[in-house]
Amino acid sequence: MIVVTSGKGGVGKTTTSASFAAGLAQRGYRTVVIDFDVGLRNLDLIMGCERRVVYDFINVINNEANLNQALIRDKRVENLYILPASQTRDKDALTKDGVERILNELRQNFEYIVCDSPAGIERGALMALYFADEALVVTNPEVSSVRDSDRILGILSSRSRRAEQGEVSIKEHLVLARYDAERAHRGDMLTVDDVLEILGISLLGVIPESSAVLQSSNAGVPVILEEGSDAGAAYGDLVDRFLGKSLPHRFVTVQKKGLLKRLFGGN
Amino acid sequence: MLLRFPHQTNPEPLPFELKGSLFTLTVLHLFQLDQTAIERHLVDKTKQAPSFFNNTPVVIDLEGMTCPPEGVDFNGLYDLLRKHGMAPVGIRNGSPELQAAARLAGLPVLPESRSTGGTRKFERADPAPAHSQIIGHPVRSGQQIYTPDGDVIILGAVSAGAEVIADGNIHVYGVLRGRALAGVKGDIETRIFCQSLEAELISIAGRYRVSEQISPADRGKPAHIRLVEDRLVIEPLNR
Repeated sequence: MIVVTSGKGGVGKTTTSASFAAGLAQRGYRTVVIDFDVGLRNLDLIMGCERRVVYDFINVINNEANLNQALIRDKRVENLYILPASQTRDKDALTKDGVERILNELRQNFEYIVCDSPAGIERGALMALYFADEALVVTNPEVSSVRDSDRILGILSSRSRRAEQGEVSIKEHLVLARYDAERAHRGDMLTVDDVLEILGISLLGVIPESSAVLQSSNAGVPVILEEGSDAGAAYGDLVDRFLGKSLPHRFVTVQKKGLLKRLFGGN
Repeated sequence: MLLRFPHQTNPEPLPFELKGSLFTLTVLHLFQLDQTAIERHLVDKTKQAPSFFNNTPVVIDLEGMTCPPEGVDFNGLYDLLRKHGMAPVGIRNGSPELQAAARLAGLPVLPESRSTGGTRKFERADPAPAHSQIIGHPVRSGQQIYTPDGDVIILGAVSAGAEVIADGNIHVYGVLRGRALAGVKGDIETRIFCQSLEAELISIAGRYRVSEQISPADRGKPAHIRLVEDRLVIEPLNR
């Protein structure tokens, strides 16, 4: 079970959850992605399944529906399922016992459970990370986002179930999203090295700032499924690295633009 | 309200009330119990500073001493000190037999202090072990580490927004970006060490500096911070 978290909002948690889960499923693993953002449901939009939501996570917790009724099967990728959040409830509806029961049920049917955490460090976020075995910490190359991620890392290491029960700590991976190598090079943004120096965890992937992300979000397609997009390729690498492949990081250095590229602004 | 203004809530004024308070007292650290020797030294001292010995309350510290077989004449000691302008209020430390003898003579036994007593440190036979705490992971934003009665050693960075507090010294084997407060119970001998000083705040025994007051020349470098004459001094760690 993997939690996608960040502390700060708007850094790309849901985008990362959607693409990460789709990437795992594409590679043949039975994967379910759960939206923990009760009250501010978004994942279904990004995944393009908002018209098929009947029952949600909270209905299952309250025994008003069973898991099979609430799980939505993705139409594009085999092995990929979505458990949407409730839009009409709030985060108090997430109980530790309820969440644990559902995660245990899902564990029997799925190889990977991806939990899309809400922003903040309140109940929703705490519930999303409590049962995690691994964490993708999504950060943008700017100071406030990095500090919030640092806070979340502290919570992962002190308030998760693994921490409370003194087990091996949660494996932490850094996802640096919305990275613009050129601006980082100019000093407008923190560089990859700056962020790594502050957070001190291993880098799973750098996702370049890309117009493809916004386009695919609006179209309801996880960007990893967008063939030929830079962000999609970066998520592809990220999933492969998560599964143990060793790949060099792309999009971290400034690309020297040739004369033609400069003239025609090809990206 | 009741405690502060007893006469307003109670028609009959109370005869007394009990309150806790802290006092700074002079400690008379005895190294031997021979009263002739003590008196000789006392006469010298009174000559040097006559005004100091004017009914001055003192605590007799018997650290490291045991009861001699012939016993101790605490009454005699008390009278001797009174004669030279000191008012013993109690004793501290010493073996249980010594403490019992003091109690019999009407001298209360005060709790042991944790202070190591400045200049007399070398007199100690075996220094008490410090209760240090080792933190094997970075201290993240929003986390607070407090080490009572000892040093804290951090293997990793202290992030901005994190707080490390100790009654003793603070050692950071990493970048110090958050807050570090050493000697929070008032021990002015405590120090802060870090591999790179980028702190939001540093404090020793209540004297503090915020980030803005740390000179750019000291920033980002290994630092050793201590109090010199009540002022925080930042020095490079590797000179």
